[in-house]
Amino acid sequence: MGNDFTSALRPAIVMTILFAILLGIGYPLVMTGIGQSLFPSQANGSLVRDSGGNVIGSTIVGQAFTSDRYFQTRPSAAGDGYDGVASSGSNLGPAAQALADRVGADAEKRRAEGVAGALPADLVTASGSGLDPDLSPEAALVQVPRIASARGLTEGRVRALVTEQTAHPLLGFIGEKRVNVLAINRELDRLRASPDR
Amino acid sequence: MTLQGWILIIAFAGILLALTKPVGLWLFALYEGRRTPLHAVLGPVEAGFYKLAGIDPAAEQGWRRYAVHMLVFNFVLMLFTYGILRLQGVLPGNPQGLAGLGEHLSFNTAISFTTNTNWQSYGGESTMSNLSQMLGLAIHNFLSAATGIALAFALFRGFARRSAATIGNFWADATRITLYLLLPLCVLLTLVYIANGVPQTLAGTVDLSTLEGARQTLALGPVASQEAIKLLGTNGGGFFNVNSAHPFENPNAITNLVQMLSIFVIGFGLTWTFGKAVGNTRQGWAILSAMLILFLAGVTITYWQEAAGNPILHQLGVAGGNMEGKEVRFGIAASALFSVITTAASCGAVNAMHDSFTAIGGMVPLINMQLGEVVVGGVGAGIYGFLLFAILAVFVAGLMVGRTPEYVGKKIEAKEVKLAVLAIATLPLLILGFTALASVTEAGLAGPLNKGPHGFSEILYAFTSATANNGSAFAGLTANTPFYNGLLGIAMWLGRFFIIVPMLAIAGSLAAKSHTPESAGSFPTTGGLWVGLLVGIILIIGGLTFLPSLALGPIADHLAMIHGQTF
Repeated sequence: MGNDFTSALRPAIVMTILFAILLGIGYPLVMTGIGQSLFPSQANGSLVRDSGGNVIGSTIVGQAFTSDRYFQTRPSAAGDGYDGVASSGSNLGPAAQALADRVGADAEKRRAEGVAGALPADLVTASGSGLDPDLSPEAALVQVPRIASARGLTEGRVRALVTEQTAHPLLGFIGEKRVNVLAINRELDRLRASPDR
Repeated sequence: MTLQGWILIIAFAGILLALTKPVGLWLFALYEGRRTPLHAVLGPVEAGFYKLAGIDPAAEQGWRRYAVHMLVFNFVLMLFTYGILRLQGVLPGNPQGLAGLGEHLSFNTAISFTTNTNWQSYGGESTMSNLSQMLGLAIHNFLSAATGIALAFALFRGFARRSAATIGNFWADATRITLYLLLPLCVLLTLVYIANGVPQTLAGTVDLSTLEGARQTLALGPVASQEAIKLLGTNGGGFFNVNSAHPFENPNAITNLVQMLSIFVIGFGLTWTFGKAVGNTRQGWAILSAMLILFLAGVTITYWQEAAGNPILHQLGVAGGNMEGKEVRFGIAASALFSVITTAASCGAVNAMHDSFTAIGGMVPLINMQLGEVVVGGVGAGIYGFLLFAILAVFVAGLMVGRTPEYVGKKIEAKEVKLAVLAIATLPLLILGFTALASVTEAGLAGPLNKGPHGFSEILYAFTSATANNGSAFAGLTANTPFYNGLLGIAMWLGRFFIIVPMLAIAGSLAAKSHTPESAGSFPTTGGLWVGLLVGIILIIGGLTFLPSLALGPIADHLAMIHGQTF
């Protein structure tokens, strides 16, 4: 047993150092080099810029939208909402009073906007990350009347935009129907600018 | 539940079944120490490592030496990471200027990554520098996985060898698995992840002004290279707090599918490797069948419950399934599937918050871990854990027919059965003991976020996850305290090595035995009867042990939920 132990020391220490260099430094740095040259946009966070070149978001990370003029994002438990350095879900259990209170308050807010019928589940629930970039098409559609009236657009025009911006599952089963909120809101801003509104 | 959801689940299982034999064959080449096509490139690296470390890869080790070398290596690795975490503040590769970690958090995290648990008491983006992620943590993702597979190889040799005194060489096993399996696959997977939007940069954060004009800071880093091994090695430690629910860790349904496949692919392959090693691949398929039955039962229950939704929210006018804690791009089917995979394997990555699952939907992940993560299981750890249950199952079958039990050509005698029971009993002793302690002490009760039975579930889940080396959480629990960091650290260490050492003793004992040819009196271990017996033994042991604790947590929670009782 003693011999087993002493004979293990050198390999254990040397292999720790060698693997640390190979796996802890070499591998991630080489992958960073390859990634930065092959996929520079994705490797740096899929950032979106406005016409002035300023970064306004990432195509794949959600940001808060609270204005009546935009499609609003889901409730978020990341920091004060959509905090990109404090991702978090609510972690409330199914029978938590705090969950029922929060969902109840959000449901009332939607009712006050004139949404009738059953509420799409994603619209009033917090996502896992607190940074969900998407809405279900149903959760986008119930917001159409509010946006149309705030922007002076026809509901049909806004509804058509939702249909146009809905992504479909790959091969029909990989993924869910969804609307990227940042993308559709940028389209909304373009609609306003277009002459034929 | 939708047809689309079921097609995803069936396609997932189908892809894995198609990969089982090819992956198993590759693993078998490594098990035998054969040359692979990759030796042309990486062979010199392997030889160089041995030379510098003074290792003779052909020197066979008995089970004691194999165990001691494995333990010493893991202990040195743990100290290495502890040092890096404590010194983070003064080390380079820290663009966010994060401080070093405290004593108890460093203790917990170093053990967590060494034991392939990857329990995280911290939020990655606000705690860990890029260097800590790469050098302190990712290295364990490779080596704890390689250790697990090496240990499975050692046990396979115990069954396969005849009258032998040795079970292989730990250094050769661990190095070959890392160089010829994990690293090349991770290079490919990293590229897939980056192409789909997972960042890979040395930058720390990016500041931006949103469309509405608010400030947002996004955490970045070398995420993709970490993701690849996180799932392939069934480690599960995320770069960010919310793990694979974060859009930067898991941007779309394709990466989600690749992640789910990554978690299981080596575990599936190892069942085939085992069959091949003992000379009958049907032995491997029988094990995989039992695993698949338990897996699909779990998926069905969780998917059904999550799709049915939360009656308390339905009362408030909310339609459909339970979306609290889930991402729109994954939806209910892929979130339920991921949760069952990650706990069936000892991965612990999550793409949705298990804490916010329905009570029964969240109970399935808990049960998966309490069964010892033998349903496919962690890389290596799954199959060696499963083989302990197989030893118990042939013992029970032997008692019923009054014969000395045999399994794949080896007589199973009192020594093996005692050691198997010792290993299997580790889990309930630690989980129930520590949960009981936390449930009656002030420091323990300060942890849960939720009140009522769900708060108890959070504590039970934490100790189950730690002991079973899973790493997923009912994340509402505030675990970054001396009490939880300390106890969970101990649970992780004992949960890993108190199973491994008896398991290696079994390997040594079996290797020394001669071959017992199959006879008319042998209990067949390839057919449906055997598969049924295995499933039964696993469920009875897990069920009897943990049912009372489940009644206090998730079952009480479910009854409250369906009656509209809130806490």
